[in-house]
Amino acid sequence: MSFWFWHGLRKGIQTTRYPRRMEVALGVSPGRPINTRFATPEEAQLAAEICPTDAIVAHGKSTFVNHGKCVHCQLCLRSLRSPMDWETGYEWTHLPANQRESFPLPTAFSKSMHIMVVDAGDCGACLHEVKQLNNPLYNMHRLGFFMTATPRSADLLLVVGPVSESMRGPLLKTWEAMPTSRKVIAVGSCAISGGVFGKSFMCAGGVGSVLPVDFEVPGNPPPPLAILHGLLVVAGRKSVKIPEPISEGRP
Amino acid sequence: MTTHSSPMVRGNIAGLADLRGSIVERFGTQVSQFRADGNFILTLSLTELNALPALSRFFFWEHSCLFGGIIAEEHPRNWQIHYTFLLLGAGWINVELSMPLEATILPSIVAEVHAADWHEREVEDLFGIHFENHPRLGDFVLHDQIWREGIDPMRKSFAARRPQLERKVDLEWQPLLIVGDPGSFAMPIGPVYEGGIGESLHFLLETVGEDVIRAAPRLFYNYRAVEKIAEGRSILDALLLAERFAATSAFAHSFAFCLAAERIAGVDVPPRAVALRVLLAELERLRHHAGAIAAICESTALAVSAAQASIIEEQLLRASCAFADHRYLFGLNTPGGLNRDFTSEQCETLLLAVDKAEKDLRVLEKRLRFSSSFLDRLEDVGVVTRENARDLNLVGPIGRASAQSCDLRKACPYSGYGRHGFEVPYETEGDGYARLRVLFAEAVQSTRLIHQAIDKLEEGPVRVSCEVSRPGFALGWAEAPRGAALHWLRVDEKGMVERYRAITPSFNNWLGFHVAAEDFAFQDFPIILATFGLSGTECDR
Repeated sequence: MSFWFWHGLRKGIQTTRYPRRMEVALGVSPGRPINTRFATPEEAQLAAEICPTDAIVAHGKSTFVNHGKCVHCQLCLRSLRSPMDWETGYEWTHLPANQRESFPLPTAFSKSMHIMVVDAGDCGACLHEVKQLNNPLYNMHRLGFFMTATPRSADLLLVVGPVSESMRGPLLKTWEAMPTSRKVIAVGSCAISGGVFGKSFMCAGGVGSVLPVDFEVPGNPPPPLAILHGLLVVAGRKSVKIPEPISEGRP
Repeated sequence: MTTHSSPMVRGNIAGLADLRGSIVERFGTQVSQFRADGNFILTLSLTELNALPALSRFFFWEHSCLFGGIIAEEHPRNWQIHYTFLLLGAGWINVELSMPLEATILPSIVAEVHAADWHEREVEDLFGIHFENHPRLGDFVLHDQIWREGIDPMRKSFAARRPQLERKVDLEWQPLLIVGDPGSFAMPIGPVYEGGIGESLHFLLETVGEDVIRAAPRLFYNYRAVEKIAEGRSILDALLLAERFAATSAFAHSFAFCLAAERIAGVDVPPRAVALRVLLAELERLRHHAGAIAAICESTALAVSAAQASIIEEQLLRASCAFADHRYLFGLNTPGGLNRDFTSEQCETLLLAVDKAEKDLRVLEKRLRFSSSFLDRLEDVGVVTRENARDLNLVGPIGRASAQSCDLRKACPYSGYGRHGFEVPYETEGDGYARLRVLFAEAVQSTRLIHQAIDKLEEGPVRVSCEVSRPGFALGWAEAPRGAALHWLRVDEKGMVERYRAITPSFNNWLGFHVAAEDFAFQDFPIILATFGLSGTECDR
């Protein structure tokens, strides 16, 4: 079975250079709509109306995107005569709405952070993208991030999913079992705003209504690099994205 | 060793008249109204409820039908319950019965068709219809420690958007244990996993020491009541839910949903969209299978192979994103076709990535076949016999590893699959290794189908207008990566969803999981779980 050794060696290093350099391979991120300035207020209104989750708000000729609600249906890109502007990055981590600031973990954790992942009613996409962080292309171990086996030794609680009623209890118990220097990061639009599921008798409509959230990674699902950016923010090695001014002029 | 007789015989349609004849002969006046429509080749109305078990047995065992599922509908004055069966090679059969709303007792068919077990439990839990002689009802979708009995969320009178504030956690609640011997104990696993990343699933492994004697999965931690909150929404809004309750098979589910909506509207999808849908569905299958293979390698702790398989998966995710602007193929399907078109350059680029993935998978398979420590963990582990698989109506790759070669793409072709040349690989051993081989073989077939779909691409539009403006119902089906997926859709006169029901392959197959997991040692459990490759969230909805 020594062939595995040679097989692995022959493949060489495939890991991304991020965060030292930006990863530019095709398909690492689906991108997302950004605040757009249209030629007429009617076009802006149309963009706001087509959004199924009310993530786009029109104000005069401009539209503003609430990324925590965007479910990446691409209707504002494909079904409009004048589509929304589209951004192709992945450094999307932001602060929860109505929250001025959040502090990262103390510097002692910046190169060794243990993460507890809880699936709270996720559709599988966000969880799957979190899993991808362990594959050789992203390899988060090289950055000192580890998935941990128990909440007792976890520094960060990573929650995906809109918090279903059956997972509310287990999620709270996990949070309570963590040491109090804990941080909470909500990954995915469902974990931020409930996404397509919203609030219902079975769904809390976001982690924020159950736990205090420190950082949010928007996206449906956020690609692995966006989640990695979120982890780097919690570790204090990247800063939170400052909201962009509305783009002027359209191509 | 292989005694498999392919049930995919064309021309079962001709036998339909004989089938009707034998139903009349056997059941006489207990059934009435034989009719055929766009959805079902045969719809029977049951006039005598007590004939239900015998009729189920007649279809499931005597005519080797696949059990589709139970669809319960609440109308203003009556219940309408549909039992669907697939006559292989011919089409779907619907046994429907109607009873007044006050009547809430039905005969259970579990004694005849074991596969109906969870379907009946779900209907009981969500609608409050009691099934007589069912061995175990209650505590299924709504967990008993947080929901009191008597809440029936799928009833029309139940307000889905109102939070249930009176809910209290019952601290006294204890799970039902089956093994009562002295010295036996239960080991709980989940719903929050210790070590690694897992979906919210709970297993109670009962044991007296080394071997797992009973393994009862407790699911529905991810139940978000998708079918309930879809009610009253427009078809496009419901499509968002249908697509996103299970992301790893999102395209297949939105596919089946759109087929149902198109059938209600009576719309034919343009040929270009038909071929592109096949392409995208197979791309999803290929990516899913690469992921499932990676999970199996990881469960056996063969690190290099797990790393290589997950690279293949990630490359396919990236190829999907470069091709369709979404790594999980969200936002593509729409009633009437696809939301976007693709250029031939894009298709060529995709083909390169797909061919590379296929080549890498072949290399991986060859290496795994010669890794004795890997094979030791899979061979003769987690065995599901052919009889068990038939009995429990297992579908998809798991069923096919136990010689159940049913594949909706062949057994009941939809969306142009009848015109493509491909095989349905199957194995007979039913162990973990057989399931792995089926995954590899299916990935190769998917590549074949992607090539054929691109070759057959015609010029033309990818979308036609699909306005649903009349009341109606339809069944849409698709072979999702994990097996047969059925989507039942009923819309009212305004085109709003009145009832939506998704019967997913994971729901079907979790029922059979305990067969594989029982009588094996604890350390085999994660491997059996990985070779099943089921999704909790796809089951929960």
